[in-house]
Amino acid sequence: MSNEEVVIAVKDIIATIAPDEELSNLALDVRLRDQIELDSMDFLDIVMELRKRYGVQVPEVDYMQLATLKGCVDYLGPKLAGKQLVQTAAR
Amino acid sequence: MVRYDAIVIGAGMSGLAAGIRLAQMGKRTAVLERHYLWGGLNSFFKREGRRLDTGLHALTNYVPRGTPGAPLTKLLRQLRIPYEALELAPQGFSQTVFRVGGELVRLRYSNDRELLNSEIARVFPAERDGFARLLAALPTFSDESAEGFAASARTKLAEFLRDPLLIEMLMAGASYYGCPTERDMSWNDYGVLFRSIHVEGMARPEGGVKRVLDVLRERLAAEGGELRTRAGVKRIVVEQGVARGVELDDGSQLECECVLSSAGLVETHELCGLESDERDIGRLTFVETTTVLDCEPRELGHDATITFFNDGERFEYACPDALVDLRSGVLTCPNNYSSKTPLEEGCVRATVMANYAHWKALGAERYAQEKSRVYDEVQHTIAKFGPDTRLHARWSDTFTPLTIERYTGKRGGAVYGSPRKLRDGSGPVRGVHVIGTDQGLVGIVGTLLSGILIANRTLLAPQAAP
Repeated sequence: MSNEEVVIAVKDIIATIAPDEELSNLALDVRLRDQIELDSMDFLDIVMELRKRYGVQVPEVDYMQLATLKGCVDYLGPKLAGKQLVQTAAR
Repeated sequence: MVRYDAIVIGAGMSGLAAGIRLAQMGKRTAVLERHYLWGGLNSFFKREGRRLDTGLHALTNYVPRGTPGAPLTKLLRQLRIPYEALELAPQGFSQTVFRVGGELVRLRYSNDRELLNSEIARVFPAERDGFARLLAALPTFSDESAEGFAASARTKLAEFLRDPLLIEMLMAGASYYGCPTERDMSWNDYGVLFRSIHVEGMARPEGGVKRVLDVLRERLAAEGGELRTRAGVKRIVVEQGVARGVELDDGSQLECECVLSSAGLVETHELCGLESDERDIGRLTFVETTTVLDCEPRELGHDATITFFNDGERFEYACPDALVDLRSGVLTCPNNYSSKTPLEEGCVRATVMANYAHWKALGAERYAQEKSRVYDEVQHTIAKFGPDTRLHARWSDTFTPLTIERYTGKRGGAVYGSPRKLRDGSGPVRGVHVIGTDQGLVGIVGTLLSGILIANRTLLAPQAAP
């Protein structure tokens, strides 16, 4: 999966758990929580979906790595290398 | 032996919500329900071709689609239920009506919070500023401070408001819609209940409780969770202080990693084979009458959706020393929501406080007589505050604390559970977690959130989010 696809993968997960949020203009280096309405329960869902869709385990100590889309690319990129992008959110 | 990751006891609102979350997390999950219908305290039944709701009068915490940070928004998001699926029909308006010295004092409110503000200004002009300060200070769902749970709602209200009548009127709705303790409640619970009714608002899912339950059941199935009805749990199998599974009424056993019980605090203790403390059994229970009318309540001059009424200056929310307390209650007209499909018949539900022990002590014959007499008395009482059902009744039904106990398994028919709550959901033995009303999140949306919260905490145990 390329870096662009990692962003698409994360955005698709967010779109699944938060269908009411507008995601097209998300900045890469600003905290997701500061751009859209996401609380700690929602972050759990992101982690849960990463596990379900890609078999990627994110231990609790690493949650902070997912704060921005840039952080997601850096942290998830190596873990998602060679995996197929899954998109399920309704659009 | 059949093995699950998680077993949920009770297919009520909290049990179904917990089951959905557990299944979403990839856990092999079964939600077990003793009755053939699911829903628990908020359910429905069919009688002579009519479908009638029990429990839920309204979905409180109503907010428009996508309202940021609102409990309803969080709940739907976590369960991945589209807002439109519930087809919420907002209330017209609701009211609290107290009869003081022969005069009716009325405060109306709706899903537009300005109505209550203007009503306070109209009826209690001297309290306007105090009321505004009260609104700003009210705790929310996320307030979990120990002080907030220790503080008395009545004492706190008196810090903002001077008129005792206004304080009583503002206690009525919050008490009737979720307070598990007599006469007073914690400041935190008050904040949650007040907001659920007066700051947010009320709506009815199209089709009533069944709509909510159908949506929950469908979500559970879609996530791969199982709902098993007629599968009552006789006991939780405990070995060396750890839950290993459950034994069903038919003697079969199911193994599991963890049990989430919505049975109640006392009931869960007993399922684990432990002694329970009588003082943990809630004392607040109700009689509710349902009357189907030959006309719409509106045609009898009654437009309000929900009416909390009281026949005197002081409002006493406590277990009465009689079968029922007719001095106060709740009057609900499901017709008075702006439903897309109007209800086929007019309907009035009336709820008053009752005493479980008094009902329990009646023999079968007297029980039937008293039930019928109490029905008549309740109709007489509500006619002072709303429609006179007596000339227009086509059909009626009454449930008592014994009915509640029989169908929900809640000891004493205690609708809002035990006065003691287990906020972290920790059960009496390892591997058992308490969800639902005795976990302590109050109100109907609170109950649903309780299942979600404990499922999340149990299986993911997150402390911090980025």
